[in-house]
Amino acid sequence: MVTVQKMELKAAARIISGNEACAWGARYARVQVISAYPITPQTTIVERLSDFVEQGEMNAEYIRVESEHSVMASLIGAAYNGVRTYSATSGQGLAYMHEMLHWAAGARLPIVMGIAMRGMAPPWNIWADNQDVMAARDTGWMIFFASTHQEIFDTTIQMYKICENHNVFLPAFICLEGFVMSHTEMPVYMPDQELVDEFLPEIPKNGWPHFFLDPDRPITHGNLQNPGGPAISPDCWYYEYRYLIQKAMENAKQVIIDVAEEYQKKFGLYHGDLIEKYRCDDAEVALVSIGSLADQAKVAVDLMRDMGYKVGAIKLRCYKPFPAEQFQELANRIRVFPVMERSMAFGLTGGIASVDLKAVLYHHPKHPLVLPVIAGVGGRDVRVEDQIEVLKAAVEMAETNELKKDVILSGLHQ
Amino acid sequence: MPEKKYWKWKEIETHKCIDDLPPVPLSLPNYGSMGATGDWRTFRPIINTDKCNQCYFCWMYCPEAVIDIDSDGYPTIDLDYCKGCLICVHECPKKAIDQMREKKEQYEEE
Repeated sequence: MVTVQKMELKAAARIISGNEACAWGARYARVQVISAYPITPQTTIVERLSDFVEQGEMNAEYIRVESEHSVMASLIGAAYNGVRTYSATSGQGLAYMHEMLHWAAGARLPIVMGIAMRGMAPPWNIWADNQDVMAARDTGWMIFFASTHQEIFDTTIQMYKICENHNVFLPAFICLEGFVMSHTEMPVYMPDQELVDEFLPEIPKNGWPHFFLDPDRPITHGNLQNPGGPAISPDCWYYEYRYLIQKAMENAKQVIIDVAEEYQKKFGLYHGDLIEKYRCDDAEVALVSIGSLADQAKVAVDLMRDMGYKVGAIKLRCYKPFPAEQFQELANRIRVFPVMERSMAFGLTGGIASVDLKAVLYHHPKHPLVLPVIAGVGGRDVRVEDQIEVLKAAVEMAETNELKKDVILSGLHQ
Repeated sequence: MPEKKYWKWKEIETHKCIDDLPPVPLSLPNYGSMGATGDWRTFRPIINTDKCNQCYFCWMYCPEAVIDIDSDGYPTIDLDYCKGCLICVHECPKKAIDQMREKKEQYEEE
């Protein structure tokens, strides 16, 4: 049995779907508790994990529950005891567990969750869309977008190291686009299990250092905090506990950079830290995009470079904490940032990431332009030609230094 | 009746400033960190020891755990924290717990 397993793990690369990459990442991280409720397009993640548990390849507790709300509630209960936890969800399921997302972040539990992103209903849509994750962007969870299957696998392993860092202790999403990534197949290199065990921190035997559940030492956690200040009564620290989450987000920025570098040293794989820059050194325009769009943008940039345009691409790998410093540094050279995404900030012009990028660059002395681009909503195909068109419009705006359009609605049938 | 132990917050919460705060607030079990919640009560439960057969259903069902057992084996209610939900009245198989509306004067006396 052992030899069979070893042979399996030593295979250098296997061709698997994005969902399987999530499941393999959780398996390599030696997750101890998995809670699952099926929802398209995520279902095959938890399906594959149940295979692993059933076949005895993974030593984990697999909990089947009646709803997504209970998925997160059971993972919170498990994580309180100081174990490594994993689950996956999509669209409406993520919205249903929204209340518990706040609890997981507020209780500072290092839960990792895979999100196969899909459109929100109505009208019903199960295809690639960022709207579900963007609706959870202010819950205190770290948000990562993967653009290749290898990145999904590597980020899942990296996330446990980031989340369980003593200066962070926050939960995290690893997002992949429904069907575009979740159900397509790519070769994924998998390292030796021993190396992953060396890379990941050991799980403390008596729970996380900030607290643990113990029947011999009953405690209350997450107590009621009054609005007043500490001078009035001792339990008035709500504002301060909220601020500690923000502080942990700030700490996470450096941890993410360090972990990405460490992973590169150990396994030779690197997907960028908070962002990934592609041909940005002398670029005047850089196309910022999320997920698979970012991978495709590299092709568009290569074609534009062949035509003699000075353009680059930026992959927004980590969305929360937002890579503000990196963008402020890039804005010293880059004139226009078109931001292409599959979500809409209703009531504002453009997408949600473009609104955040505008906020980050508003006080920049060089006043770079941010051009919101909405594309691929509800899984609509985004072609390289569409990205080239956006880049050409941005190059034109860079020449005149004027934002000629509030938003580009790429691929909208008028 | 056993002596009440008033654990103070200070035992676990020694923090004075934000740098001392743990990532999540913690406390040891203690009596009434929100003050005497007995004044929320509209109806007061009164145990009639003549009828009581010491089954302790009231002790078991009390959601606030304010019912203790005295030295004679009868249940007693800590009225400082009893919110008057009257679950004990409902559950008592001997109908040994009466309910009485709280009056304004009683609070003033107390």
